Amino acid sequence: MPGVRDKVAIIGMGCTRFAEHWDKSVNDLIVEACYEAFEDANMEPREIQAAWWSTARSGELGRSLAYPLKLNFIPVTRVENRCASGHNAFIDACYAVACGAFDVVLVCGAEKLKDTGLPIPGDSNPTDLYTSRVDPRFMPVTSFAQLALRYFHYYGIPVDEGRRILAKIAVKNHYNGSLNPKAQFQRKITLEEALNAPIVAWPLGLYDCCGVSDGAAAAIIVRADLAKKYRDDYVLVKGVGMSTGFYHGQVQDDWSLTHIEENFRAARMAYAEAGITNPRKELDLAIVHDCFTIHELVIYEDFGFSPRGKAKEDVDAGAFELKGELPVNTDGGLKSFGHPVGASGLRMMYEVYKQLQGKAGPRQVNIRNQLGLTHTCGGTPIDSQTAAVVILGLR
Amino acid sequence: MVGVSSYGVHIPVWRIKRELLGKGLPGERAVAGKDEDSLTMAVAAALDCLEGVNGGSIDGIFFASTTPPFYEKSVSATIAAVLDARREVFTADFSGSLRAGTTALKVALEMVRAGSADRILVAAADCRLGAPGTPLEQTFGDGAAALLVERDAKIADVEFAAHVYDEIYDIWRRDVDLFVNSWEDRYVYTCGYMRVVKETISRLMDKSGLNLKDVAKVVLPVPESRRGIELAKSLGLDPKTQLQDPLMEVMGNTGTAQPLMLFAAALEEANPNDWILMASYGSGGDAFLFKVKENLKMPSLGKKKIAQKIANKKTLPDYITYLKWRKLVKTPEPRVDMTVSYPSAVAIWRETHRIYPLHGVKCKVCGTVQYPPQRVCVKCQSKDNFEEVRLCDKKGRLFSYSFDPIRENTPVGLINLEGGGRVFLDLTDVDAEELKIDMPVKLTFRRVDLRREDGMYVYFWKATPIRE
Repeated sequence: MPGVRDKVAIIGMGCTRFAEHWDKSVNDLIVEACYEAFEDANMEPREIQAAWWSTARSGELGRSLAYPLKLNFIPVTRVENRCASGHNAFIDACYAVACGAFDVVLVCGAEKLKDTGLPIPGDSNPTDLYTSRVDPRFMPVTSFAQLALRYFHYYGIPVDEGRRILAKIAVKNHYNGSLNPKAQFQRKITLEEALNAPIVAWPLGLYDCCGVSDGAAAAIIVRADLAKKYRDDYVLVKGVGMSTGFYHGQVQDDWSLTHIEENFRAARMAYAEAGITNPRKELDLAIVHDCFTIHELVIYEDFGFSPRGKAKEDVDAGAFELKGELPVNTDGGLKSFGHPVGASGLRMMYEVYKQLQGKAGPRQVNIRNQLGLTHTCGGTPIDSQTAAVVILGLR
Repeated sequence: MVGVSSYGVHIPVWRIKRELLGKGLPGERAVAGKDEDSLTMAVAAALDCLEGVNGGSIDGIFFASTTPPFYEKSVSATIAAVLDARREVFTADFSGSLRAGTTALKVALEMVRAGSADRILVAAADCRLGAPGTPLEQTFGDGAAALLVERDAKIADVEFAAHVYDEIYDIWRRDVDLFVNSWEDRYVYTCGYMRVVKETISRLMDKSGLNLKDVAKVVLPVPESRRGIELAKSLGLDPKTQLQDPLMEVMGNTGTAQPLMLFAAALEEANPNDWILMASYGSGGDAFLFKVKENLKMPSLGKKKIAQKIANKKTLPDYITYLKWRKLVKTPEPRVDMTVSYPSAVAIWRETHRIYPLHGVKCKVCGTVQYPPQRVCVKCQSKDNFEEVRLCDKKGRLFSYSFDPIRENTPVGLINLEGGGRVFLDLTDVDAEELKIDMPVKLTFRRVDLRREDGMYVYFWKATPIRE
């Protein structure tokens, strides 16, 4: 059978608190996350045969991971795919294990944004479209804001009504984050607070945007048949998917800007591998890339949680709340964790891993089908993206 | 006969009330937008002038200004690139005095008369700075005008011309100066302006054998309304009927562009067979006598472009905005991310076609118009099977937009162009609250606000609402 389904298991994970870590370097964060993972897996660091390392900008080549951990001349691959870097590194590591090249592999993502500031699209990764520097540069929020305005326009939702729906997503994620000691923001907010917050990029306000934080997360993966040696409650990789756009939304004038095709494709690829046909019923939880609330809204539709144009009704019905039909972003999401770019993907897997093991404390959801989804997406709706999905499950 | 076949003007949409520049001062003046300079304004005037004329049929392009953005680097070549002019077109920049606009016109007329060109575009623009608080700052206005000179003129023939040089320190700007300097007012007007313009006009009239009474409209260079009227009276003109309104109350003195712009304004009110006199002043004088064609059939005439452009305006909220736009106050450099990079001269050169005339491509297989130009079709994946298409003249609709304080609320948006193609551009000359999804927009060539300049000015297209 092609793919990685049931061939790869996670036997240990670690995750730092995500915060403004003024007093910590990226190396400190890497050591903290990876040693939690080693301890969780009950293994010695020297057992690691190869490593995949995800960072958008807090390090360069593989040595940025090897140095703090003193990885002993093993292969280390650095992966950069903007916000999808963590998932991308994890998926590549799964391929390496599934094909039999390695038995025990470390995946680590870390980012230290508070030392340097945010990367600005079109500047951090010059493409040929941009080296002349004549084209407009913009913050990601300004791109997602355009998705929001067009989405509202297309479905005939008045902007005020659209903002209210988005605010409900923020309120939900803040509530979940308030239950999570590793989140950057552990504070509930009200709908009024969200709606009355300053506008960042019309129509998105402060609470529609994720924070900027530092953090690291790590996973140790092994060939599935070796997992039992380490623990009983290991977690299997059930399906992976990735999709990359090609500036289609900008170059091709008939793209609607009401959904994100890359998300749709990546999810379908992962569902096919995991054998999921009705994600809303079959998934126990989903941790998705809510960099901005509008992104989470369109993800509901692209991932098949809600019919097209109907996500609004599901939000109003509370379908994706912690006690809802399909809890989304149970850990608080990017909204509560902030978004240290290369670390976020593995942070999401950490939540699903803990939930499947029944160790999520006050955030614990009902595990019926033993399946959870994680997703990150790099880029923006205007300049196109890389979306990546990993579905994890128990035996 | 050799003369003028078309005209174009650009008046920035921005005005500042003179009250903000000096207590009790009347009227307002035109102010170039934050992203405008003499280059962008000349491009706008040139495009306005060529409306309907194929840029490929032009033989020469002249630019005139005392405020070119570059001491070394030709603006006329940039205008030629925007217009998709032929490679062998003769380009030249004129500067040195406020006569530069009419000097360029003279050279164009003589080249066409001599037969070395059939059609030459002359664009003049100025964005002069008077020191804060001085009369110069109050009287200057920013703007551009363009004239199309042709062998068989369609609007007005140039029948006579006269020129005078004059060595004088009256108005000047040294290579180290930001602001225009001037000597004492009475000296400037007595020994310079009045004396020289009168001399030039009298030489012109001698040559023509006509009497000033025969001239329907006289376009004088007007540094201040009062001085224009004084000069007109001393020439024996009736300021009410014969003197072209210098538009000082609504626009200000647009420098090298002023004679061309006021001539255009005179044309908009002209009758067939009228004589129009146009004079300029700066280290001498130029003067021309035009005869309006007997059979005026210029579609632009009657359109009152200038009145329309004067009416289409937005007002600066305060003086500090003006100072910031002209970079006359130092604000702290924004802290920028360490990965923000400089513009690349190499990439700009390589992408000349997609930048200056905004060329996209149209797939020869599926017909999809796409921007920027592609090697592989975004729709049908055909490889290297495209024709280049010019997109900068296209109108469009605002597909979506947003704005954020990090970009000082400068809106940015996706624009769907008529005839196909989508571009992602900044929006300019618009307040964010005016924006609506699907509103009609047009494109305008502007200076890019770079986070890191590397000693370069970079230009690109922006979108702006269609207000006319």
